[in-house]
Amino acid sequence: MYIYDEYDHTILRQRVAQFRDQTQRFLSGDLTPEQFLPLRLQNGLYIQRLAPMLRISVPYGMINSTQLRRMAHIARHYDKGYCHVSTRQNIQFHWPDLTEVPDILAELAEVQMHSTQTSGNCIRNTTSDQFAGVAEDEIVDPRPYCEIIRQWSTLHPEFAFLPRKFKIAVTGSQQDRAAILVHDIGLQIVLNDAGEVGFRVFVGGGLGRTPAIASLIREFLPQEHLLSYLEAILRIYNQSGRRDNKFKARIKILVRAITPEVFAQRVEAEWEHLKDGYNTLTQKEIDRAKSFFTEPPYETIDAAAVQAEVDALAAEHLAFSKWLQRNVTGHRIPGYAAVTLSLKRTGVAPGDITDHQLEVIADLADEFSFSEARTTHEQNIVLADIKKSDLFTFWQKAKAAGFATPNIGTINDIICCPGGDFCSLANAKSIPIAEAIQRQFEDMDYVYDLGAIDLNISGCMNACGHHHVGHIGILGVDKKGAEFYQVQLGGRSDNDAALGDVLGPSFGADEMPAVIQKVVDVYVENRTEEELFVDTYRRIGAAPFKERVYAKAS
Amino acid sequence: MPKLVKDGAIVENTWTLIEKPEAEADKVNVPAGQVIVPLCIWQAQKAQLETRTDVGVWLDSDETPDSLADDVTRLPLIGVNFPGFMDGRSFSTARLLRERYGFTGELRAIGHFIRDQMCYLRRCGVNAFAFANEETDLEAALKSLNDFTEYHQASVDQPLPLFRRRA
Repeated sequence: MYIYDEYDHTILRQRVAQFRDQTQRFLSGDLTPEQFLPLRLQNGLYIQRLAPMLRISVPYGMINSTQLRRMAHIARHYDKGYCHVSTRQNIQFHWPDLTEVPDILAELAEVQMHSTQTSGNCIRNTTSDQFAGVAEDEIVDPRPYCEIIRQWSTLHPEFAFLPRKFKIAVTGSQQDRAAILVHDIGLQIVLNDAGEVGFRVFVGGGLGRTPAIASLIREFLPQEHLLSYLEAILRIYNQSGRRDNKFKARIKILVRAITPEVFAQRVEAEWEHLKDGYNTLTQKEIDRAKSFFTEPPYETIDAAAVQAEVDALAAEHLAFSKWLQRNVTGHRIPGYAAVTLSLKRTGVAPGDITDHQLEVIADLADEFSFSEARTTHEQNIVLADIKKSDLFTFWQKAKAAGFATPNIGTINDIICCPGGDFCSLANAKSIPIAEAIQRQFEDMDYVYDLGAIDLNISGCMNACGHHHVGHIGILGVDKKGAEFYQVQLGGRSDNDAALGDVLGPSFGADEMPAVIQKVVDVYVENRTEEELFVDTYRRIGAAPFKERVYAKAS
Repeated sequence: MPKLVKDGAIVENTWTLIEKPEAEADKVNVPAGQVIVPLCIWQAQKAQLETRTDVGVWLDSDETPDSLADDVTRLPLIGVNFPGFMDGRSFSTARLLRERYGFTGELRAIGHFIRDQMCYLRRCGVNAFAFANEETDLEAALKSLNDFTEYHQASVDQPLPLFRRRA
């Protein structure tokens, strides 16, 4: 993991001091609420329905056991004993006291954490693949590049007051697990014919009220030009993005308005001036960034022998076997596996985690996984380096702590925003809908039979729950003061990213479990062998689903 | 006389800011003495104004430096305006004036920016700060100029990004 040096520490210390001063000036009336608003947002601080919400940055999802324990401490001392993993891999506290936020930031700084740029009209935390560095299909580890982007984007003097927020995601694998096509900039690391590292650059994806899939604007950007090219994109956006209407201010609107081709031309023209300047990455810097993401001391393991052991235990313990199938992922090192800890236990808000659980994960990471963990954009936590020979012991401990629910990738592994229970933007609650659907799909054998289904719920059109790219997406809407839910089908966030189609008129909360059941029934009745929900939908179209869901009771 | 922050100190503001005219720009009477005119007046009356050495130009947030292009190096002062402090276009304008157009004169932020933006502005090449809000406590604002003493990025005040300076 990246380790701060004296420069990083100095910058963070000065940031904490700056925000402490800003908070004091606000409380004493020197800063108006209007002026304080963007300043606190750029420190991840929202004023929510019930209390402030503080969003802590987890750079590209990497968090170590010391930091996890500090999260637990903050949850216990400044909050109500829990926090929330967001769909951008960050961690949110929903009940801090405004006057204590500077103290929280100081506590975070001690463990190299902060809330800088987790909100506001600036470059947000760069997100990535939760299996970075261990994925079997990885071409290049994206984390060194994410770290280079993190440093470049942190307190960038030119781009702190953009037209709107700006999100960058990077993947280094064949299979995109970072949803790069629904980000303002999506970077896919590739090798050219000469074996050199570079990026395919996508721009203008996003969700929210005008969802869009990103457009490819450059087929191969050599790695050394990463920062100058990003700077060219950001400058064009800063100068030309709309500022008259916040709902039309994201870069996707600009890209669409002038066309991706013209946008690309403008970026290239700007880049001509910036290219080969001081921002050109040196091999030394790339090597330095990579030096923080070297292999941990893996053991040489007889993979076949270990696999036989695991198989024997799986044959004996059905629950373990189910967990292996759902929550354990392959690893590029023989004899190792990556494990996803489910934060989707029925009855708990998706992504919520208690202080005690955070400490258990820290202990598990120390004991089994080189003291590191990763947050995922599906709102779970990954321990990426578990020896297969430890899996059974690990499973027993994870189960006792409540996050071995074997539901990763299933219809129960719901992505869900905090919704109307917490968020002042929401039109409708989302957490109770998630729970009602999880209860509808309680029979896990049936759930496994359904295969991979991404079910995503947002409480409003800002789409924090990524409903547009769920195989099944649910959007909370307000109809004359009452909460209703619209269903969308066929979205996906992988390499083949697509936006879901609205099925039809919305439903009341109490109808939702039955509606989703009908949707799933149509799939089960129509699927061919090995066909996933989203593939069946693509093949047969919306009509059969509409027919079933909106059938008049006879 | 109103004051402003310039090169890290509080000084008298000796320049008069001319607002954008409602009438046609070529009809506006530009007074004698140090004046900062809007781009439209500069463009309309350039023939007369460029003979003077006490005329500066200010760019609004939707006006880009290429509209001044060749004039940049001859001007003693250029203003970059903030119609509201959330409008961040002038950060790019300032950087471009310094880095691409080689402006070496006084680069002055005008309008409704706030003190918490001064450090960023300084890094983008702004060296003078004239707050539209005359009640701004300049003595206190001076502190914000140096909210940060170390940064990652290449910018006007430090053309080498941190990665080229790290030991």
